[in-house]
Amino acid sequence: MSTDGKRFSPHLATRRELMLGAGALFAWAYMPKLARAEGRDPRLLTIILRGALDGLATVAPVGDPDWVRLRGDKGLRTDGNYAALPLDNVFALNPAMPNFHRLYRANQAAVVHAVATPYRERSHFDGQDVLESGIVTPGASDTGWLNRAWSALQPADRVNPRQAFAVGPITPLVARGPAPVMSWTPSRIPPAGNDTMSRLLDLYRHTDPALARTLEERGALAAIAQGDMNGMSPAKIAATPGVPGAAVRAYFAEAAGAAAKFMARADGPRVGALAFDGWDTHANEGADQGRLAALLGALDGAFGAIESNMGGAWKETVVVVATEFGRTARINGTDGTDHGTATVALLAGGALKGGRVIADWPGVSEQALYQARDLKPTTDLRAVLKGILRDHLRADEKVLARDVFPGSDQVRPMAGLVA
Amino acid sequence: MALDVPNDPKAQAAAALHRFGLGPRPGGLAAFAAHAREALIADISKPNAGAIGDDNLLSSAEAIRAAYDYRQERKAERLGRRAADEQERNERNERNEMANAARQMAAKPDNANPGGAKPDVKPEMQALAAPIAPSSGKDDRPKQQPGVPQQIFLDEARARFDAAMNADIGFAERLVWFWSNHFCVSADKGNVRQLCGAFEREAIRPHIAGKFADMLFAVEQHPAMLYYLDNAASIGPNSDAGRKRGKGLNENLAREILELHTLGVRSGYSQADVTNFAKVITGWTVGPARLDNARSGEFFFNERMHEPGPQRVIDRDYGQADVTQGEAVLRRLADHPATAKHIALKLARHFIADDPPAALVERLQKRFLDSGGDLKEVSIALVTAPEAWQAPRSKLRKPNEWMVASMRAVGMSPSDVRPLVRANTMLGEPLWQPPAPNGFSDVSDAWADGLPQRLDIANRFARQVGEMIDPDAVADATFGPLLSRETRETVTRAESRAQAVALLLMAPEFQRR
Repeated sequence: MSTDGKRFSPHLATRRELMLGAGALFAWAYMPKLARAEGRDPRLLTIILRGALDGLATVAPVGDPDWVRLRGDKGLRTDGNYAALPLDNVFALNPAMPNFHRLYRANQAAVVHAVATPYRERSHFDGQDVLESGIVTPGASDTGWLNRAWSALQPADRVNPRQAFAVGPITPLVARGPAPVMSWTPSRIPPAGNDTMSRLLDLYRHTDPALARTLEERGALAAIAQGDMNGMSPAKIAATPGVPGAAVRAYFAEAAGAAAKFMARADGPRVGALAFDGWDTHANEGADQGRLAALLGALDGAFGAIESNMGGAWKETVVVVATEFGRTARINGTDGTDHGTATVALLAGGALKGGRVIADWPGVSEQALYQARDLKPTTDLRAVLKGILRDHLRADEKVLARDVFPGSDQVRPMAGLVA
Repeated sequence: MALDVPNDPKAQAAAALHRFGLGPRPGGLAAFAAHAREALIADISKPNAGAIGDDNLLSSAEAIRAAYDYRQERKAERLGRRAADEQERNERNERNEMANAARQMAAKPDNANPGGAKPDVKPEMQALAAPIAPSSGKDDRPKQQPGVPQQIFLDEARARFDAAMNADIGFAERLVWFWSNHFCVSADKGNVRQLCGAFEREAIRPHIAGKFADMLFAVEQHPAMLYYLDNAASIGPNSDAGRKRGKGLNENLAREILELHTLGVRSGYSQADVTNFAKVITGWTVGPARLDNARSGEFFFNERMHEPGPQRVIDRDYGQADVTQGEAVLRRLADHPATAKHIALKLARHFIADDPPAALVERLQKRFLDSGGDLKEVSIALVTAPEAWQAPRSKLRKPNEWMVASMRAVGMSPSDVRPLVRANTMLGEPLWQPPAPNGFSDVSDAWADGLPQRLDIANRFARQVGEMIDPDAVADATFGPLLSRETRETVTRAESRAQAVALLLMAPEFQRR
């Protein structure tokens, strides 16, 4: 098994391997020893959202006096046709997420707001590196925090041994490292990268109009070309290329639901991760009825699928959803948002002490914004992850500070997240 | 539409690597930039330029015999199985009849047996009355392996991809691909599949920096070409075989030699020239594989199939009585000014532009004629022509060029050749399988249709390598000063490394050369 993930071993993937990647579950091939010794059987599923989730469009500070001035009619509100779902007297949830709202009210879901990794630049690749490696310097590590945490948890019994496999070229960084990894792959292929197609079209328009014409004609991208989905019915949006609709919803639900079914088994893995792409909403973000709403709806469906497929194991489950950074506080000139800083982390699971929005809220006034443009980070994401690893899985606090999130001695694990 | 080449030696060197080569590998651009013309010339001046050094590949004669043996074995197996099935069927019918008889006996009330004693059924008959399991013969056979012809095809494909991946610059390989497409054969034709690779290695590769006439001879006398364009079975009507069997002429190869391989269409030859030339090359055939002798699977001149007598081809009489008659016609065609023009235009169109500058075509044509068809000299004239360096990058890379350039750029090399063969097919350029004898198109428009398929392939590549590489570094290493600001921004702003890689491979700089 190679632990040197960055060195790419020349290899052309088989069809099966090609389908790995977004939506595939990567999990530890052992059970955590200490938690088992206590007679508990905890599950932890980490979901990485690649592309930078707009935290303010997911959980909006509708009670903040500066909110309406910040986002105007592009911001979520608690009235109108697409009324946000109230969480407390400040925050409300995107209306595309009724499952998460239900779990929140049952104290089985929580939101950490104004949270960020220690990364303070705005490159996706570097931001994902820091998020997944758990190391402050981008590109400095070939292993991920989750894999190093597995080592810290001490292996007990091996889970279904037939499924274990060596770290391969498509293993996400968060799960790469010395601990043995196993994987499960959704049977369907992720929906075609419509976002990639629209970026490519944009590049062609600026550099090679002939290729742009060709791609437009052959790719049937009329809706994206118009760049305007306002006033379209949800059915039309779902059927429009570039707008993730039913296909993405089905894909998230299958990937997350099957991962949960797998983790619920007596001989299944207990600690795993999967990733979903597509959150980079620079233009026509559509927080209430467009693209982001569709993505959040798909994520909400994933929560529902995990809850039902975990069955009896749900009460011992924690799901953590994190992204590399947030987006600009204000809407940009193309009805989207650009790369920002703080965002939300979403937590769910029967083992959670939920029903709370956990935030040292910085506010969204002009002066309160980070570099006058982004939501200011007031909580370190590592505190959240360390708290869950310590209290849910019984990882040693010193090992967490030394090996899993090196240099995080000053970042205390967030206490009381787990019931 | 085209991308300009900046007037700067480094940018021109980078453009040349893409235009004449297979695209830079990591570090290739830096190593090449200072002496681009010299490096291109050196690439085709090596003693074995274009050769593949794989001793395990079969010669065409060996491939013909291997495929023949395989078919014979399969035939014997089929016959054997048929006989076995037949026997089994007969036995089963017999058993069923016996079982039915047993059942009837069991069911029949037997007045002769008062007291209700069991009828006297023999134990073996009871056993036979049990349902008979379906024959498991088919399931016992080993899993389907590729047949010998397909296995040879895949081995050759593998060697060809390896040569492309391992080339420093790839100018020699590009010339191999060009000439292989000019003199194409097709794996679609039954007995050609196992010969496509050997054809390229035996008839094309040794001559890319040699004489055009030598390549022409090797091609037109190669079993793959003789099968593909039907000359192996073409018989002179007045030959021994023709008179005896009442079979005759096939003009296919003669016509395509004139129209596609040498002079070019509408260059002044008539239907009579085609017919006469076809007669000239009757008897150019392949030794039957079933004959286990030295000729088996080799080119040989079969006098008994050859049309006797002199023939007139394009205003000249050829009185030779044997294989030298056809060779004399080929030699003349190789030296013909129309051939020089045809080849010059095709080379310039392939490497420089769909409508190449007339001055460049003229210069290549003149070099071809002055050097007696020396392809090394013609290729040097191509890479030293100022037009070749200043012309904007307007050509869309052909699918296989693009795929190989992509793999070279990200530093991956395939462990299994089959996905590559499938991808080539998906992109409209199935390996060694052109739709017609004029080969795959060398005009960009023909390939534009496949752009969405390229994006699909790019996404798959990117999913595999995206996590492992630094897209910005690959962009720099691949394009240097040719990288546009817009492409750089698009790559940098991608939402994931995988997306960045896909966008880079699809960028205009990558699609065009």
